[in-house]
This record gives sequence, structure tokens and C-alpha cells, in this order.
Amino acid sequence: MVRNTNRHFKFDWITIILFFLLVGFGWLNILSASHIGVTVDYFDFSQPFGKQLVFIFLTFGLVILLLAVDAKFYERFSSIIYIISMLSLVGLFIFGKNVNGATSWYGIGGMTIQPSEFAKTATALAVAKYVSDLNTNINTLKDQIQTFIIIIIPAILVLLQNDTGSTIVYGAFFFVLYREGLPKYYLTIGISILLLSILSLKFGALVATITALIFVIAFHFLSKIKLRVFQSVFILVAAIAVSFGVKFFYQSILQPHQQDRISLWLRLEKDPKKLEQMKRTFAYNLNESEKAISSGGFTGRGFMEGTRTTGKFVPEQHTDYIFSTVGEEWGFVGSALVVILFVLLLLRILHLAELQKSQFSRVYGYGVASIIFIHFFINIGMVMGLIPTIGIPLPMFSYGGSGLWAFTILIFIFVKLDSNRINEW
Amino acid sequence: MRQFLLFITIIAVGLLFIARLFYLQIYNSSGHDLYEDNAIRKVYDYPKRGFVYDRNGELLVANQPSYDVMVIPREVEPLDTLEFCELLKIDKSQFIKKYEKARHYSPRLPSVFVSHLSKEDYAVLQEKMRKFQGFYIQKRSLRDYETTIGANVLGDIGEVNNGDIRRDPYYKMGDLKGKQGIEASYEKTLRGVKGIKFIQKDRFNKNIGPYKGGKFDTIPEQGKDITITIDAQLQAYGELLMQNKRGGVIAIEPATGEILSMVAAPTYDPNLLVGRDRSKNFTKLYNDSIAKPLFNRSLQGVYEPGSPFKLMNALIALQEGVVTPEETVTCYAGYKYGNRFMKCHCHRGTRNDMIGGIQRSCNAYFATTYRKILDKNGNASEGIDNWSKHAQSFGLGNFLNNDLFVGQKGRIPDRAYYKTIYPNTFYSTYTISNAIGQGEVATTPIQLANMAAAIANRGYYFTPHIIKNIEGETLPEQFTQPKYTTIDRDNFEPVIEGMLQVYKKGTAASLQIKDIDICGKTGTVENFVKIDSVKTQLTDHSIFLAFAPKNNPKIAIAVFVENGYWGSRFAGRIASLMIEKHIKGHTTRKDMEDWLLRHTLENEYAKPFSGESFGINGYTTLQIVEEQEYYRLKKELNRINKAES
Repeated sequence: MVRNTNRHFKFDWITIILFFLLVGFGWLNILSASHIGVTVDYFDFSQPFGKQLVFIFLTFGLVILLLAVDAKFYERFSSIIYIISMLSLVGLFIFGKNVNGATSWYGIGGMTIQPSEFAKTATALAVAKYVSDLNTNINTLKDQIQTFIIIIIPAILVLLQNDTGSTIVYGAFFFVLYREGLPKYYLTIGISILLLSILSLKFGALVATITALIFVIAFHFLSKIKLRVFQSVFILVAAIAVSFGVKFFYQSILQPHQQDRISLWLRLEKDPKKLEQMKRTFAYNLNESEKAISSGGFTGRGFMEGTRTTGKFVPEQHTDYIFSTVGEEWGFVGSALVVILFVLLLLRILHLAELQKSQFSRVYGYGVASIIFIHFFINIGMVMGLIPTIGIPLPMFSYGGSGLWAFTILIFIFVKLDSNRINEW
Repeated sequence: MRQFLLFITIIAVGLLFIARLFYLQIYNSSGHDLYEDNAIRKVYDYPKRGFVYDRNGELLVANQPSYDVMVIPREVEPLDTLEFCELLKIDKSQFIKKYEKARHYSPRLPSVFVSHLSKEDYAVLQEKMRKFQGFYIQKRSLRDYETTIGANVLGDIGEVNNGDIRRDPYYKMGDLKGKQGIEASYEKTLRGVKGIKFIQKDRFNKNIGPYKGGKFDTIPEQGKDITITIDAQLQAYGELLMQNKRGGVIAIEPATGEILSMVAAPTYDPNLLVGRDRSKNFTKLYNDSIAKPLFNRSLQGVYEPGSPFKLMNALIALQEGVVTPEETVTCYAGYKYGNRFMKCHCHRGTRNDMIGGIQRSCNAYFATTYRKILDKNGNASEGIDNWSKHAQSFGLGNFLNNDLFVGQKGRIPDRAYYKTIYPNTFYSTYTISNAIGQGEVATTPIQLANMAAAIANRGYYFTPHIIKNIEGETLPEQFTQPKYTTIDRDNFEPVIEGMLQVYKKGTAASLQIKDIDICGKTGTVENFVKIDSVKTQLTDHSIFLAFAPKNNPKIAIAVFVENGYWGSRFAGRIASLMIEKHIKGHTTRKDMEDWLLRHTLENEYAKPFSGESFGINGYTTLQIVEEQEYYRLKKELNRINKAES
């Protein structure tokens, strides 16, 4: 065994630099979005920007701690970390603090901690551990179910706490499992259901059914993969069930505010008066954030110069809607830069994951990239009005200690694992 | 392949986001315009609108405060609606309706609840206002007319419409702007420039503080006071004489081109277009498509000028050297050309020289003269172009380029104009009606008055204008530089002599004023309308053109009275009286004054709409006004006379 003598320099500095660039730029925008009045006291710790500065400062300690721990620790203790994390989620039902309708916080002194942020990391570790086990074969139904259970437990727990956004994040693990050999038809089924649902909601169940019929018939006669007649019929029946079921799901299971969001996204509402009404009520945030981004133009209005940001026109701008500040004050140049930084970070992590010799590290790395990607996609997509409103933070950017630390842990465990890959064989 | 799914998805989403950013921020950007930014509150500081004075320094238009009760529905707290309604003089159902309307518009933004409270109501309401949370009083400035005359001169201000805002982004919703008259033509001078404060607000619509420390704020610039050339007394007198008639009167000071009075009849009280009833009254005036009180007949009324235009033909003939003043033409009670005949009032066999021709308004004389002008070089096409050029040098046939808000070109035809009717052959007889100011020739009262001024000046005129003085500014050169006509000074004397004889012993002999040598010319103009698509002749228009005194003229005037029959009957009387009023300051011909107040032409104006056949000219009887109306006019006359002394 060759010990790496110069291990400190084996950390992937590209990832680390990208991480801190995003954190730093994020803080500037939190400052802009949350300061009040004309003069700015950078160390006013009663304000979000001041608090975030403390969180960032503490992050350095956290990073050093995470990198100092032996790489094997994370793999060995992943099950225990997962169990502790799940218990902390269950504990919320007893000790939790309700903020904005979600029971997702522990209040300790003046601080609040959101365990669901950390649960993502724990789940990523647990999935990596389970999938990389020599006895696990993801192509068998039994192991698929077992993995699914690991993922679904935290997903259900956060859903019960009314935190729908965090539940959707667990969908990220699909990418991980697919990479590790999950059969292709899961992808086909998933995409089909999504498209059928959208088609059915937008144009009605009948259109969706007819579309499905055409596809199934075409597939049946033209594809190289020959299905038996009863298989095709079964697929068709399933498609019809989805087409009609989605209406039921939309109307009876979704809550009214969720219906509204989907209705706005798919432009289901045609009545201009009602649209106007929507813009004033639940779509107010989206409307204002789009306007703020749009007013930025090419170069933006300048740091701390955005009138909508200064006027606090976008509620929750320093948390979920932080990207609208980037849009208004830094314009197309700054916003595109943020998008590019995220893409670079994600691609870097993916690239490193593929280089891992240990399957645990690779699966975990994939988990990290997938989780960050889902946040990035949903958050920015939502702020720009591309997808329905789903409340999850933008990693490294949004205000919040739990979120920042959770992503720090998520990424730096991987940085640590990656630095150790030379020792694997 | 499996490892590429997420890889590709990430890159695709990155590109999608950048495309969306491109769409939002570059392709469809709402930009940096502070005025468009609804995060910035724009608070306007309206300057005082300039006052308007007449030529003698009499204040005509000032400002008055107006009080609107505004409401911000979200801030309204339970109140004693009964008391509130009583104070505002509305009932409860109106209250609910207005409140709902405001709330529907916006619960957060102020709406007008009740507009234009009277000063008395305001005084009472103001003390109790603190009891009504969510309501407040907004002060605005409206026009205050110190007079009831001159609506067509003064014009009015009204709220800007979307078109105004599009044309000039200076205006914002709710701003007031000159709509007619001098309010419109001197809008920029009178209004000043409003100041603006940019205030950063938050999403609750609360002010946070000045935007960028007030860097972009401006202070208002006061509107300037103006003095107009109108003599308010003469204007009032003219309007009085024109009551119950339709038409226009323009009086000009020849030495300066200043418009002394500009009467359009019928007119209206300018106070009608102020305050609470403005839109109601405006609609009423606007919809009167028969009397058309908003139609400024003195500027926009295009009439065939009739006999006064003979003066123009006389001048052109002298200038072109085709006649001498002494040359005579024998009138056979008309003029025969080809197999057609133009009638004349002269006795058969009258021999008219130029003075006699003008004095008796001889059609035969001017038909002959007109043909001589056109046929000078044996080519009527060339002749009419030359003739047209001379007439246009008096400002006829085109816009005068003055400072009045409305106008009409009138028409002085040339060969090109006749090209469609007479493409090939063209003889002087084809357009012989122009000889007597009928046919294709058309002028507005102000153009004719300007022609009178040019004759009075013996060859030049100043563009007629309404502005006398702007606080701290000099008048533009277009009003202070004389414009020369193409007629030599000497050629005016015979024509002026003829005009003098019109008064001494001609068609206006009955209108003489003691001690004033008036030079004038009557006009009696045939006119037609279409009734149910049948061309029908109406009673002739009564037209008069004059200036006085003969030497050193003080006033030039043109009077058009629609369907007033012959020239000296209505128009001549009005012209003589206004000349006397202007020169002497009082009138001596009380008989004429009284006659004008006594008689109305309303029955003439009703004829085309009666649906029955009717007689014209000689087959009409003059209508007398009712006693009550007569006394009202008489009282008005006394008031004017008293103000004068």
C-alpha cells in the first residue's frame, strides 16, 4: 500500500474554488436583498446578511473538520449517520417548530436547524453504501425495492412535514440508480408518465389517450423489439389509466395552492380576469421575480442598485428567490455566469465521480451531483417561470445556515473521498 | 452510455437557463426606464399655470383650486357613512358604488372618490376629514375664467388622453393639457415644466426614501403669464352682436397684425368646460352637430368670399396693367359671355370706371377685368397662374402660419387645380365666377380680414397673431416682419377710393359713421347645401370687409354672417359698429345696434332641417327675438358700455 505523503494537495481545488465562488457571490446578493435603508453595517448580525456571514465563517471550520476525518469513516458509519438522520426527522413531529406551514425546524436557543437539509447527505451515503455492497445487484427487484425504501423513508417524512419541495429532491436518486444499472424501462416509464400527465392536463384525457394509442400501435408494428399483443394492450390500458388518473390526482389529491401553481405553469387558466387575480395573489412572487430579472437587462443595474431588490418587491428574495437579485443587479452577464458556475461545478463532480475506483465513492459522488442538480434546476427554473413554483433553496446561494452547512457537508465529504482515491485499488 | 444521462441533462438545463435569461433580459427586457419602474414612486410637483391677460391688461384666465376626495380602500376604517355622504352630497348607494369601483381598481392605490368639491363643501369637509380614515383631500389647480366671453379664443384644458401621452411622454395619466384655443397653442409656455421626485418604495407601497438620494429629482418651472392681442371689450361687443346668428368676425390691427377680436358664433361660456360638469357639457357641445358651437367659424369656416374678392381682382388688374382706373365698362344689367349671362344690380347702360365698379359692385365690370387679367398674354392658363400667385401673396389659399390652434387653407385655384375638369382647352370664361369671388375661390374670415389689413397698409401685412407678450420673451420674427404682397403701393389708391365710395354713396351708404372714413366692401354670396341629396339654395351669406380710418388705419375687419342675405344687412352693420367701438370707444349708431339685437336668423338655420320646402332671399321674413331675449341682450349691452366707461 502506497501512502500518499502529500495528501493536502490532492484535494480537488477546482471543486473547492467553485464552491467558495458561489458562496461568496451568494452572500453579496443576500446582502443586497436583505439590507434595509441606505447605509449598510456589514456586521449587523440581526440581519440575514450578517448571520449568513457568520455561517460562512463557520463553514471554514466545518470544511477543515470534514477533510481531517479519515475517508473510511464516512463509508463505515454511513448506516449510523442515516439512522440518526431519520430519527432527527421523526423527532420533528414531537419537538418541531412550525415556520411558514412546514414543521421542518428544531429551535435551539435563538437558532433553528432544519434536519431535512442534512437528511439528503445521509441518504446519499446510505444509498452509496447499499448499492456498493458486493451482495447488491440493482437489477434484481429485491434490491431495487430495498434501495427504494432507503430513499422513500426520508421523502415521506419530509412530505408529512409539509415540505413538498424537499420530497421532490429525493427523485434525484433516480440518476444515481440509473447510472448503477437500473433497467432502462424505468426511464421510459418515468418520462412517459410525465409527458402523458402534462398532455392530459393541458389538452384533456382524450387527447392524451389518442396520443398514447398512436405511439403504442406505431411501436408495436415498427419497433425491432417485438411485444406480444397482450403486452401492448397492457401498456395501452396503463396509459389510459394515467391519462384519466392524473385529472383525479390533480383535482382530489393535490392541495388547492398546488393546483394553482400547475394551472399557472401550464396556462390552463384562460380568463384574463382570473389571470390578473392570480398575478396579485399566489403568482405575485413569480411575477415580481420575473419582472426583477427582466429589468436587469444585459449588464444589470449594479450591485445594491436594483430598485425591486431595494424595495423588497420579491418576498423571500434572500432565500428561495435569491436568483432574482442576481438577475436584476448583475443582469444577463451575472446570471449567465452563475448558471455556468453551477454547470461547471456539477460537471466537475460528475467527472470526478466517474474517476473513482471505489463504487461507494462513485455512487456517492453521483448522489452529490444529482442532489445539487435538482436544486439548481428546480430553483432557477421556478424563479424564471419555467417550472411550477416549488419552494427549495438554491445551493450555496440562498440564505440559511442549515442549507449552507448541509451542502458543505455533502460536497466536502465527496472532496475527501476523492482525495483518497489514490489509496483505493 | 448510462453515465451520460445526467451529464447531458446538466448541459441541456444550463443551455435552457441561459436561453431563458436571454429572452427575459435581452430580448424582452423591461429596461432601465425610471418612469416605467413601478418600484419607484414618481411624485409630481405641478407648477402654476400661466395667467392670460387681454391687450389692456385685463385678467381673463386665472387658476382656481379644486378639491378631490381621494380614497385608498385598504386603509378605510368603519365610518359614519350617513354623515360622510351628507358632507359629500351623495347618497348611500352612490357611496357603495364609488367605493366598490375604487376597490376594484386597486385596494392599495388612491382613486378619485368625489371630484371637484366646491370651496364651501371643502371648508366643511376639511374639519371633519380626520374622522374618515383612508380618505384624504387632493388639491388640484383648474382654470378660472374671469369672463364669459372668448371661449373660441381662450380654449380650455382637459385631461390628457392616451394619444397625447404617446406623442409626448412628458404627460402622465391625469395631467391637464390645453385642448383648444390659446391653451393649446401656447400650452408649453403656460404650463411650465413640472418637477418630479423619485421615491424608492417597497412592496407594501410604502416610501423608503428618495431614490439615489434625490439625484434625479427636478424642481418645477413656473408657467409664464401671457398677454393676448384680443381687446376683451371689443370681443364681448362682437359676441353680443353676433348672438342669434352664425358666422365669424375677425378684427386685425393693420399696423401690427394683432388680432383685436375673433368672434365665432354661436359660442359658449368657457366656464362650462371647467370642473365637475366639464365632460357632460363638452359632450353636449360636441354633439350639437347643427349649430356646431365648438367649430371656430372665424378660423375654420371656409366660405366663398363673394364681392369683397372683387377688390383683389381690381388690384391684380392694375398691377398687371390690363386696365386703368379711368377705363369704363358699360353694364347691361349683367354680363354676357358666350350664350350665358351673369346678372348685375346696375341699371342697364351704367358706365362704370374702377371706382364706380367697386362702389356699385358691378359684376359686368369685374367679369371684364378678370378676363383681361387671364387673357393678358392670350393664354388663360398662364393668366390664371399669374392671377393665383398675386392672390396668394395676400395670404389667401394657404395656412397663415400663425399661432392659432386651428385653421383652414381656403382655396385660390390655379391651372393645375382645373386640370381634371378642363384637361385640354382652358378659356378665361370657364372660371368667370372667380371674378366676383364665387365659384372655386374660398377663404376663411381671418384670411379676408388679413386681406383687408394688407389693403389698409397699401401692400403689406403682418401675419395675424394672438400673442402680444410672453413674460420675459420677445415675439418670434414671423409676427414682427412685414410680408409684402405682389401689388405696388400706388395701385392701392384707386381701390381704396372705391371702398370709401362704397360707404359714401355705394352699397354701404346706410352704414355711415360720423367722423370716420371707413373703406369697405359688401358681399352677398349664394350658397347651397344638400338636403336629402338634392342641391338646395339657401339664403345668401352676408359678408363685409372694411378698414378704417382711410388714412392711418386702426382696424381691418371681416364679417361673415351665414344666411344673412345681402352684405350690408347684417355683416355691414356689425363691421361698422365694431369699427366705431374700436376707434371712438363708444357707439353712436344706436339704431343699428338695436336692430342687430332685435333680429335673429334662427328661423333661417332651421329651414334645411324642417323637412318642408322654404323660400330664400326675397321670399323670407326677418324674425324678431322674443322680448325676454331682447332685454337680456340689452342688459348685456349696458354692462359692456358701463365697463368701457
